Amino acid sequence: MGILGWTYFWVGITFGVYIFIAWRSRVSDTKGFYVAGMGVPPVANGMATGADWMSAASFISMAGLISFLGYPGTYYLLGWTGGYVLLALLLAPYLRKFGKYTVPDFVGDRYYSQSARMVAAACTVFISFTYVCGQMRGVGIVFSRFLEVDINTGVIIGMCIVFIYAGLGGMKGITWTQVAQYCTLIMAYLIPAIAISTKITGVPIPQIGFGATIASGPDAGKYLLDTLNVIARDLGFIEYTKAFASTNVNMLNVFCIMFALMVGTAGLPHVIIRFFTVPKVRDARISAGWALFFIALLYTTAPAVAAFARYNMINTLNEKPYAEAPAWFKNWQRPGLAAWIDKNGDGKIQYRPGAPFEGRPSWKMENGQHVLGQYQQPLLSNKPTDNQNELYIDQDIMVLASPEIGGLPAWVVGLVAAGGLAAALSTAAGLLLAVGSAVSHDLYYRVINKTATEKQRLLVARIMIGVAIACAGWFGIYPPAFVAQVVAFAFGLAAASLFPIILLGIFSTRVTREAAICGMLAGIIFTAVYIIQTKFLGVSNWFLGITPEGIGTVGMVFNFIVTFIVTSFTKAPPKEIQELVEDVRIPKGAGAAVDH
Amino acid sequence: MAERGKDYKEYWRRNLQIQFWLLLIWFIMGYVLSVFLVVPLNSIHLGGFPLGFWFAQQGAIYVFVVLIFVYCKLMRNLDREFEVDEG
Repeated sequence: MGILGWTYFWVGITFGVYIFIAWRSRVSDTKGFYVAGMGVPPVANGMATGADWMSAASFISMAGLISFLGYPGTYYLLGWTGGYVLLALLLAPYLRKFGKYTVPDFVGDRYYSQSARMVAAACTVFISFTYVCGQMRGVGIVFSRFLEVDINTGVIIGMCIVFIYAGLGGMKGITWTQVAQYCTLIMAYLIPAIAISTKITGVPIPQIGFGATIASGPDAGKYLLDTLNVIARDLGFIEYTKAFASTNVNMLNVFCIMFALMVGTAGLPHVIIRFFTVPKVRDARISAGWALFFIALLYTTAPAVAAFARYNMINTLNEKPYAEAPAWFKNWQRPGLAAWIDKNGDGKIQYRPGAPFEGRPSWKMENGQHVLGQYQQPLLSNKPTDNQNELYIDQDIMVLASPEIGGLPAWVVGLVAAGGLAAALSTAAGLLLAVGSAVSHDLYYRVINKTATEKQRLLVARIMIGVAIACAGWFGIYPPAFVAQVVAFAFGLAAASLFPIILLGIFSTRVTREAAICGMLAGIIFTAVYIIQTKFLGVSNWFLGITPEGIGTVGMVFNFIVTFIVTSFTKAPPKEIQELVEDVRIPKGAGAAVDH
Repeated sequence: MAERGKDYKEYWRRNLQIQFWLLLIWFIMGYVLSVFLVVPLNSIHLGGFPLGFWFAQQGAIYVFVVLIFVYCKLMRNLDREFEVDEG
């Protein structure tokens, strides 16, 4: 069986399992639909949170990102893991004790205000939607490369699968499919990583292997990271492990980027609601620990995969004649994720710093056929740059192609495709549930129709998930040009709006509804305006040189300041709200979770 | 609720203390060792890893995981001591 056969095999089996689980865990009440009946065991919730959190970006893009960045890839690694410590210590147990269904639920009740509830619901919908668009692109990439179907068909297949299990089983269906998806994606990530680590260094544990010596070849006996540094120096790149190579690094900005990612992670609604699904407060604490453990399995492997992939890529491509270039390189040219432009006409691939040509590859076509050059390479119509680099590699293919680069058997390549799909689909489902519940529960039931029956509420929840999936599918098929640029939005807004308000709602009894609304609006507006100015309107980074990726931290501080000032001018919250706050701080009594 | 009283204040104070110390370690691992001091630490080697690079791409993440489990243990003890656990 070839790569295509194995891919169909793995994707078919895993999709079958997801649908089977969905059927087994279908629900008939809103408590089951929104919070899985609050009956998810902590380890399972940890796995589900892991799959929920680790998206197509984590699975497909992150190792590639680190591979090209070297040390600065750390900001993302730590930013996306450190947030769980904040979540476990500062939010999860208290929100579980509170015992309702959604994030806007907490904000609305704690701040005794429908306006606060609606602002929080709007933030939830916007943050989650921004994120979903990226997942759809991931699904499209995997389908087009591995299953050789049209990207649009791939997106529609993915949407149908998500609708089946999210629509039938709500949070319960999503949770148990996410457990299965976690198992799929972690196997798909670890098996190739272990195989490549063993192949290059002889050490089967990738986390140790990338600090070990190379087993064979011209660099045998030398440390892998040292070798990468030497190669980087020889080709004119910055050394792989070198931190802060340029002398004028804005440390404040580095701090702000990492902090915004951490706080943003802790403030993402689809992650927070996972902690509403466990039976007890202490389960919420421990399941955050399990979640980070399961995430760390992938996140500590990613930098190893990054180093191995870089070593392999340079060794198999640089200074090699195109005619002898490996099959994976030619395969990835088809979707336009790899390309070679022979600037010096020597028929060999030269890999050097800088972009080889302007923009993304656009092929020269004639009658639907590639125009080939003298070495049988498909020619490009892009304008070449005047550096010496001839190689274009999209960072997204480093993980997907790593089994091929490392020469692993076809069944492993197929498994990686199933893993990438699991990562994208599990995150999409979690996000769509967060959107669906914010609209159907917080807007429809809590604001528009307060007398809705259980049956009506469940129907509206299912319809809203369907609508959300249809919108996400639309963005998957017609991706807005700015998708990649709006990811900063999701984290920045979560950091600047929801996180500070939830935190203060727990740690202060004094913060008032007026203060919370002003704080959230100040945080969102400042952050949104800054990102739009600097990303789209070409304004320079005017606030202390902070880049848009880090501005969420400043927005958060701004939110805190506004909230404190307004609090000092407004009347203290009612007695029963202060009671509520003191009550969420102690675990006792969480068993009696309230339905409303 | 009157029965929370003095014990409740003490419970919350001890809770904040646990959070403070754990978050201090979190900050040292995530920011001080992995970013602010990475350049001097990189002159020390741990096998094939420059030490600062290792903290940044491996060590800090391990400590994050351990921190959450330590927090669970400490809070479980505290809940028992003040008899506010869920049984």
